[in-house]
Amino acid sequence: MSDPSPPTAEVIIEAALLAAGTPLDIPQLQALFGDDPPDRAAVEAALTRLDAQLAGRGVELCRVAGGWRLQVPTRCAPWVTRLWEEKPARYSRAVLETLAIIAYRQPVTRAEIEAIRGVPPSTAIMQTLQERGWIRVAGHRDSPGRPAVYATTRDFLDHFNLGSLNELPTLTDAAEQESE
Amino acid sequence: MSMAMVRGEPYEALPHDLYIPPDALEVFLETFEGPLDLLLYLIRRQNLDILDIPIARITDQYMQYVELISERRLALAADYLVMAAMLAEIKARMLMPRPSTGDDEDDPDPRAELVRRLREYEQFRVAGERLDEQPRVNRDVFPARAAHSTVAVSRPAPALALDELFQAFATVMARADLNTHHAVRRDALSVRERMTETLARLRRERFVPLTELLDPREGRAGVVVTFLAILELLKDALLDIDQREAFAPLYLRARGRDDAGAEWP
Repeated sequence: MSDPSPPTAEVIIEAALLAAGTPLDIPQLQALFGDDPPDRAAVEAALTRLDAQLAGRGVELCRVAGGWRLQVPTRCAPWVTRLWEEKPARYSRAVLETLAIIAYRQPVTRAEIEAIRGVPPSTAIMQTLQERGWIRVAGHRDSPGRPAVYATTRDFLDHFNLGSLNELPTLTDAAEQESE
Repeated sequence: MSMAMVRGEPYEALPHDLYIPPDALEVFLETFEGPLDLLLYLIRRQNLDILDIPIARITDQYMQYVELISERRLALAADYLVMAAMLAEIKARMLMPRPSTGDDEDDPDPRAELVRRLREYEQFRVAGERLDEQPRVNRDVFPARAAHSTVAVSRPAPALALDELFQAFATVMARADLNTHHAVRRDALSVRERMTETLARLRRERFVPLTELLDPREGRAGVVVTFLAILELLKDALLDIDQREAFAPLYLRARGRDDAGAEWP
């Protein structure tokens, strides 16, 4: 074998996603091919083939808000996490509830978060969420005091394995659920 | 109002001896995320219908907790007191006789707003739990990353710029100038001879810094001869010259030693 054939599009995409370590979107994947990039449909077809090839492996193709990402699937997490002694950060109920309100009701003001939770969101919580890059100030409401309104970011979606806000679990009424 | 009920007996004050760990109560109270959370806890614990809350009973229970919170002067007390006022108002309106005339539109259940808020809060409490169950990066999924082939395992010695070599030479030359009074025998300086000497020394000592080979005490001519010898040896591929990083000392090593694979210092 003196002249190995050039890698296929899906191999090139796989290599680039592994090298990047962060999500790449379709235009970024197209740019890999230089002056004669394949069209969007061709890249998507290559991604579909790659996805099929990775079935059952220790790495999977995942579509998140930032594009496509290669990741170790959830089913391998119990073993893979043993690599790290420290457990990943656990977030308090206050943080998770505040984040949920911002995610579902965005853009929201702090007062609106307080109205739902019955307590104002602490500065520490809002800072934590902003430092993690999950929420940002999306603007200011044109009402007295011009309060800041908060929204979630693309990093939030990427971090929670979501392609878009539509993929958030449906907001259900716990009372209705019980009576059913 | 009593502090707490223990086996049906009201406790008016905390016992003086350390009977409850003083922080235990605060820890318990702080597990509630606010007045709505506490109310929901009371309702759910007793399997009460959220749409038909026995307001008098719940208000009494709620007030017992609020008393505890106020006693401990927890910062959260204010939010809990607002809810206490709301509960008291609902309780009062429930006790008042409701006029039988008029349509229901004008006379909603006094609990309606509370029920709406409780249900809304519970929705987001559940949503927060669901969000926590969502696969999360570095907890449930791990972005895959492979090393680039440019990050090669073998580490090639850094390329050496020739001008750095000359710079090192110039530095030693400058120092040699300070030793010009030193007498030098002309016939002692043969480049070939110096090559052999240098090579011998390099074979004896594995790594020799360039500045150690160029001895200013030999004077200008001596340094020049040694430098020429080193350049000759380099040209003949008899020695290697290496530098760890920019401005680090230059090291020389004889080639062909059996420890050729040894690490540079």
